[in-house]
Amino acid sequence: MSQKLASFFKNPFWRRYGNYLAVLAVAVVFGALSISGVATSATQYLLEKIAIAVILAVSLCMVVGFLGELSLGHAGFMCVGAYAGGKIASLLVEAMGGNQNNILVLLLSLLVGGIVAALFGFIIGLPALRLRGDYLAIVTLAFGEIVRSVVMNVPATLFGGTLGLETPRFNKKYLFIFALVMVIACLAVAQNLMRSKHGRAIVSIKDNEIAARATGIDVTKYKLFVFTVSSFFAGIAGVLYSYSNYRLQSANFDYNYSIEILVMVVLGGMGSINGSMIAAALITFLNIKLQTTLTGNLAVLQNFFYAIILIIIVIYKNAPGLKTFREKYNMNVLWSKLKAKLQKQPDTTNADAKEGAENE
Amino acid sequence: MNFITALINGLSAGGTYAIIALGYTMVYGIAKMLNFAHGDIIMVGGYAMYLTLLAAGHPILALIAAIVCCVVLGVLVERFAYKPLRGASPLAVLITAIGVSFLLQSVAQIAFGTSPKMLSALKIGGFFSIGTLKIDYSTLVTLAVTVLVMTGLTVFVKYSKTGRAMVAVSEDRDAALLMGINTNAIIAVTFAIGSALAAVACYLMLTKGSSVTATFGAMPGIKAFTAAVIGGIGSIPGAMLGGILLGVVESISLSIPALAPYTDAVEFAILIVILLVKPAGLLGKMRREKV
Repeated sequence: MSQKLASFFKNPFWRRYGNYLAVLAVAVVFGALSISGVATSATQYLLEKIAIAVILAVSLCMVVGFLGELSLGHAGFMCVGAYAGGKIASLLVEAMGGNQNNILVLLLSLLVGGIVAALFGFIIGLPALRLRGDYLAIVTLAFGEIVRSVVMNVPATLFGGTLGLETPRFNKKYLFIFALVMVIACLAVAQNLMRSKHGRAIVSIKDNEIAARATGIDVTKYKLFVFTVSSFFAGIAGVLYSYSNYRLQSANFDYNYSIEILVMVVLGGMGSINGSMIAAALITFLNIKLQTTLTGNLAVLQNFFYAIILIIIVIYKNAPGLKTFREKYNMNVLWSKLKAKLQKQPDTTNADAKEGAENE
Repeated sequence: MNFITALINGLSAGGTYAIIALGYTMVYGIAKMLNFAHGDIIMVGGYAMYLTLLAAGHPILALIAAIVCCVVLGVLVERFAYKPLRGASPLAVLITAIGVSFLLQSVAQIAFGTSPKMLSALKIGGFFSIGTLKIDYSTLVTLAVTVLVMTGLTVFVKYSKTGRAMVAVSEDRDAALLMGINTNAIIAVTFAIGSALAAVACYLMLTKGSSVTATFGAMPGIKAFTAAVIGGIGSIPGAMLGGILLGVVESISLSIPALAPYTDAVEFAILIVILLVKPAGLLGKMRREKV
């Protein structure tokens, strides 16, 4: 049984398309539930937020995980996209007679938001060529704060000032389906890019920039390219966010938000798209559950637990002193031990699994 | 006249930024990490002063208590959160620092609630005037303390044995180890000094009459970090220069009505412009990477 299951997941088809199908399955199942009116609004909200977080995490993963540059301004790109898309959407809805459920408007605003964010990504990518590591991190952080401050302080007729910009109210029944479709689009781009020769060039820049340059890889071009694509999807996530919240407030896009996205990427195992997706979904789920269960006086405990879990996971996964501990008690070893116990007499597959885990 | 007032206020605000930036830059130079929790050490100092004022009621006593509290906290954080990760990837250390920052903020929120705590006993009111020029006493105090701290630190780093060991560790940690320097102890000392400076900066901020909340240190922390990067992170004179530059820019921008709402944006834009011209900051050294 377990052998069949293992070979099923080792099948190249599933390795390649498994994550698309998983997202698609979620979209179809919950879409059907939602359209037939079974799914609650809480579920719809949760799925919207998870889809947005997944897009953000996968797009940031391209910069941090694959290109190896630290960006602390992802929320800034998202903010640009959210305001550009949200503004266009509200203008179009007004011009077209107030129908807020216009799919064309949604798609157009997604496109506009993405393109405007990509433009900013390109502009910020330019200094990225000269700067390295921590200096780039602070520039992206500064960019995020500049965007936030400018958006908040331009005349209120433009972006709503401190009150925030009101955006169209798209029917919640369908919004998350569009969000999940965007997740698939983002996955398709990220995954296919990384599997191409361009993807290998990008990873080689992370591994050793000088060696990559010496092999004839145009480091400048690839860095700009990754920054632009990544901010395009951040912008799309921003537009979805604006549709999901009805109202945009620049205070929501501060650097803590960028850091939250970064945490998803790091916990997902840097450089793994699926890992980023899973981490994004889990963290968002956890956050929303904590928000709904720990209310009132307990709300302060939210961040406390979050911080403790974060520190422990990072130290456990990275501390050089804990290497032997990690090798003794990691998931693979524990899993194969459990399997051996359950089956009493270990057969060949278990021995294989055990050996594999030990080799790691 | 208006401009001169802005300039003097800017020097004073810049002094505070410079003192915080020194904490960032020293830790970066010696432990090669961005200590994102540094801003929250300032906040802890603020609450320490609040508690001391409740119990004893003397500003100087409060300052001493805050320094002690911050030093202990800084060393503990280094020991339990950062030391296990020495030798791990810089990103892991960065995320841990962010985690510590969240942790300190949430603990402060649990312990003290969300309402801001006024520390009116620390406020230094009043001003004196030369002609039409008005200078607050708190500004003078800040300037004096800044000059004192900077000269003290420069002398300490240049002439004391520990200070020179710090320079050695920041130049090359392995070589310093071979020369018989206890690098772990030096890193701990660096964190202690940085945290003590954070407490001093907190005191200076409170003399202007701000109130303490759980996120009290976040924005000054980020700005001081910006200042450290402007000056060239890792360089002590750079942090001083960057801090003062940032403070002056902030104060001048605040004094121009059309620009005042965009002050934050102006400050960060200055950072980007400076890094575009000098990628390693004003006084930072560009190290060529070798294969």
